[in-house]
Amino acid sequence: MLEALSYEFIQNAIIAGILVSLISGIIGSLIVVNRMVFLAGGIAHAAYGGIGIAIFSGFSIFLGTTLFAVAAALIMAFVTLKQRENIDTFIGLIWAVGMAIGIILVDLTPGYNVDLMSYLFGSILAVNREDLYFMGSLFVLILFVMTFWYRDILAVSYDSEYASLSGINVKFFYTLILILSALTVVIAIKVVGLILVIALLTIPIYIAQNLSSSLYSMMLISGITASLFTIMGLWLSYSFDLTSGACIILVAALWLMIFMIVQKIK
Amino acid sequence: MQTKFSVRVLEITNLSFAYDKEYVLENINLSVDNQDFLVLIGPNGGGKSTLVKLILGLNPIQKGSIKIFDKPSGRKNLSLIGYVPQNTNINTNFPIKAIEVVMMGHTSHQRALFGYKKEEVAHAMYLLKQVGMEEFAQKKIGSLSGGQRQRVMIARALCANPKVLLLDEPTSSIDADGQKQIYELLRELNKKITVIVVSHDLSVVLEYATKVAHINKKLAFHDLSSIKKELDIQGNHICEVELLQMLGKCKC
Repeated sequence: MLEALSYEFIQNAIIAGILVSLISGIIGSLIVVNRMVFLAGGIAHAAYGGIGIAIFSGFSIFLGTTLFAVAAALIMAFVTLKQRENIDTFIGLIWAVGMAIGIILVDLTPGYNVDLMSYLFGSILAVNREDLYFMGSLFVLILFVMTFWYRDILAVSYDSEYASLSGINVKFFYTLILILSALTVVIAIKVVGLILVIALLTIPIYIAQNLSSSLYSMMLISGITASLFTIMGLWLSYSFDLTSGACIILVAALWLMIFMIVQKIK
Repeated sequence: MQTKFSVRVLEITNLSFAYDKEYVLENINLSVDNQDFLVLIGPNGGGKSTLVKLILGLNPIQKGSIKIFDKPSGRKNLSLIGYVPQNTNINTNFPIKAIEVVMMGHTSHQRALFGYKKEEVAHAMYLLKQVGMEEFAQKKIGSLSGGQRQRVMIARALCANPKVLLLDEPTSSIDADGQKQIYELLRELNKKITVIVVSHDLSVVLEYATKVAHINKKLAFHDLSSIKKELDIQGNHICEVELLQMLGKCKC
């Protein structure tokens, strides 16, 4: 087992797994306390449109996904801030249309047979240096945002009406949270894939929410539990030659079940 | 300290407000002085919450004017008016400590660049003590009872040292004991600041209010000192329905 650690792609996978877990711990906490899980799901699936555009026009898939996901996040922010009534319908619309665009564009790309599965279920073992730099920068950016605006983000998340009364720009922070979610979704897709992003953004967070009395500790506990799940999942995936993303999620789900049973007994 | 001379805190003149085309408030006139304990009463959908939002600057003023300390309102100003929102039972699973909720009430110039200043924490603790909640400062807000949570919200509203405390249905989801405690607290606070409460509850009007305004699209205003005398003459038995009818009648 230990010899596996000497391979560079395994090292990269572990570093990527931990970075993504810490990031999803922070952003996932914000998504859950702001009740944006469905929104984040919409962004994740719409991001597939970005993959399609990138493949069709031949530029970097990472860049394509990022730009498309951020655009989807901005549209979602605009729609949810303007139109309070039909939010669910609009999110569903963006969710489905984004994916459809992606699939059609991949169809139209001549001679290119993209490995869809790696986007649906992640390809953590194929993470390279460049990806790691991107993840590292995002992590630093998120730490920076959370350090300087923790109180504003806390106020907006807990009680947006009161936050707006106390002079906080609620729309700005709401949009910021969605953009950070979009960036997080893009890198989480790399690790666990499109389908399973939401599980990584919610399971560790659910456990943490029940153990924390402040948003800060919730983010920390989510980040740590998510890291543990990811490492355990990777180990399983390596040992039994299984899809890594699915392993990570199942490990997380198993621990969630154990956690819930223990809580019931207490 | 109580001032002897009353100061006009809030002056509303000819205020009307409509959602789409339907008027919710029509030609409202109301003045509140600094020692008042005003209760806004009226049926659901009668426009109480709309009026609150107008006073706070959450709704734009369409017609008429609202002056707070002689200055036109219409913009958000928590340092003059402390606000306790109606529904404090939302988001009870939110991971936030009571003291953090209180410190949300500090205005931006009171704040540190990041984190919480020592003075802020001390001030928040002082306010929590004032509302009798200092031992719950580090508790998760969701683990408190409705009444306790409401007192934390009052502490938050007091953070910016407002001159007026405005509460929207502060006891709607609290048991009788908790309600009494909240109103006793408000009476205590009223020695220093003006209190405006939106409420359904007539017993509150009779026991704590000095003035009452009945809102149902239009507003009928009463100074309670005279009404209370009348009621005393009639004896202790008060019919709430009659009282409500009386309050609803427009004197103008």
